[in-house]
Amino acid sequence: MQEHPLQVEVKANTKLKVTNLTKTRKSSDFFWAYLMIAPTMLGLFIFYLWPIFQNFYFSFTEWGAFGQYEWTGLDNYKRMLEDTNLIKSFKNTAIYIILTVPFGIFLSILIAVLLNQNIKGKSIYRTLYFLPVITMPAAIAMVWKWLYNSDYGLLNYLLSLFGIKGPQWVSDPKIALYSIIVVAIWSGIGYNMIIFLSGLQGIPKSYYEAAEMDGAGPFRVFFNITLPLLSPVIFFVSITSLIGAFQVFDLIFMMIGKSSTALESTQSVVYLFYQHAFVLNDKGYAAAIAVLLLIVILIITAVQMVLQKKWVHYD
Amino acid sequence: MKKWPLMVLTAILGLMVIAGCSNEDAASGDGDVEITYGFWDKKQVSAIDEVIKAFNEKYPNIKVKKEITPYGQYFQKLETAATGEALPDVMWMNGAHVQQYAEGKVILPLTDLAKKENYSLDNYPESLIDLYTVKGDIYGIPKDFDTTGLWYNKKIFDEAGVPYPDDTWDWNKLKENAEKLTDNKKGIWGYAALMGNQGGYYDFIWQNGGYIISDDEKSVGFDQPEAIEALHYNTSFIKEGLSPTQAQMTETAASELFSSGKVAMMFDGPWMLQEYKDNPDINVAVVPKGKQRAVAIHGLANVIAANTKHKDAAWKFAQFLGSKKAAEIFAKTGTVIPAYNGTQEAWVQAVPSINLQAFIDGADYSVPLPSVKNTGEIWQYETDVLKKVWSEEVSVEDAVKELTNKANGALSKK
Repeated sequence: MQEHPLQVEVKANTKLKVTNLTKTRKSSDFFWAYLMIAPTMLGLFIFYLWPIFQNFYFSFTEWGAFGQYEWTGLDNYKRMLEDTNLIKSFKNTAIYIILTVPFGIFLSILIAVLLNQNIKGKSIYRTLYFLPVITMPAAIAMVWKWLYNSDYGLLNYLLSLFGIKGPQWVSDPKIALYSIIVVAIWSGIGYNMIIFLSGLQGIPKSYYEAAEMDGAGPFRVFFNITLPLLSPVIFFVSITSLIGAFQVFDLIFMMIGKSSTALESTQSVVYLFYQHAFVLNDKGYAAAIAVLLLIVILIITAVQMVLQKKWVHYD
Repeated sequence: MKKWPLMVLTAILGLMVIAGCSNEDAASGDGDVEITYGFWDKKQVSAIDEVIKAFNEKYPNIKVKKEITPYGQYFQKLETAATGEALPDVMWMNGAHVQQYAEGKVILPLTDLAKKENYSLDNYPESLIDLYTVKGDIYGIPKDFDTTGLWYNKKIFDEAGVPYPDDTWDWNKLKENAEKLTDNKKGIWGYAALMGNQGGYYDFIWQNGGYIISDDEKSVGFDQPEAIEALHYNTSFIKEGLSPTQAQMTETAASELFSSGKVAMMFDGPWMLQEYKDNPDINVAVVPKGKQRAVAIHGLANVIAANTKHKDAAWKFAQFLGSKKAAEIFAKTGTVIPAYNGTQEAWVQAVPSINLQAFIDGADYSVPLPSVKNTGEIWQYETDVLKKVWSEEVSVEDAVKELTNKANGALSKK
């Protein structure tokens, strides 16, 4: 995934080159190329594309126990119109996205720019920021759940030193969603930071030297050189993290108990999907929720694609 | 030149993908078979290991592989595995799901097998055999049973100068003593009003003369006055500050608050024994009575997957799991109350410091945990709706209306 931003940068040039090359390629080269990607393609078809079509089909069915189902047409979609839980879960997901994506991007750019300087021990910092990315989300959730525990958690203990009685971070319905958002931003920073770092290092030094000669201050340099040249990377990161944020599930599943009072105010669309598909054994309706989510993500990504022309610079 | 190693690697990876899909019939020709045993409680692993060892002394050719899935995901996994015909050969089953699995024809009826081999089902309590009998066929061999007891912490009682609970206690006495035991300064609650059905609101509703599911299995009794009163009593502990709040109990399990000396009393099952048995402060008594004394009784059974490839081996293992020998292993390790008649005494003796007889006594006034085809779904609605009562967001009266609607809807499904 990391190569994507670089591809975007050089897209215009490579197109030409590729078309020239194809004419000189031998067919045996193609054979080997296809053989090499065959396992992955096979996996993609079996485990990604086929289930997508199947899911679409199942969204028009109602399920009984053990895989029996019957065709019910648009019933599941009609049911959605009056499902208050679905509306609530979209609202929760929207709040989650609106807060995690911009803040996540802002913080990871900030950290990437700082770590791109010549500071002491920068590889240690880079490692530290990247550590949450290679940690299992379940483990992250467990540790934070402990930090957040209202009676025995570290966070409220620290607050109590100043005589403040901390809130119930993960069981108060008004606060729980924001507690999860903090963890999501924290655990997502490292991944985006690495992408931004690679983007920053792709910016030619000569621009900065020229700016220095012209006497531009650090802020001017950042806003007139760094930010525009980083915009393709920002675009890539915002698309991937938006799609990722739409699919939030594991943090909520791990941090909010099934009998928790905060479940309704935190459950995301995918959590509701899980609830219907695997807990209530209501797989047809769950499939319809998945289709709806797919459509919403498609529309929002398409809008982003259109809007990018206004702010993404490719040269 | 560097192409070759890459090609070989790709080819190997590709082959691994293909091979991964088709190694199901790997049983070798020398008569050895491997069967899988699915269950959810990791506290029972050491006893199960011992049972498997004893089983292999008798049948050295049958290897048993354990598959542990936490209860929260167990039935989701089975449902998926049943659809994909990949169920464990032998597995645990509970009363809530047996009807659904039997009618879905994913587990094997054992009546004929038992008849053929003269396997006697008289060795188990009748209520448990009934629980696993669906339309005249028996589907599971009872493994154990459990009732509810009133666990209490002797140290907290001693410090507050309150006598230990006994069989004279009733609802008023429980409330009264919970008040005496509660100590806000020390952060001690008298009672943990856990939101759970078995060992929780079901017990209270029955004690108050109510019912959960009507005899004709067409409606639930949550909106009946007896049930409403029981739910009021049950949650009053939280309202009056005698119990940790629902939020506190979701963040830290009530059983953890109890074992760390923050809670003086709570209803819970004998399955907590493994966790409590080394704590010298903890003991158990019979539950207090309301209008009458009542607790839920429920037991697990071992069932066999309908599409098992090793039916004989699975049946031999299931028989062994239901044997006196296996029951004795479970009893003497204190793991569970074995269902095999006459072996319960060994279980009571397993941890002499705790009055385990309270659970055996419970069987006398016990009510079987309700079991219909959609029990699992009704349980889900109970959790969804009643937690709002426990967290004091919704009144008991409003909640039971919603719950009754939803649960009756589940009952009317085919």
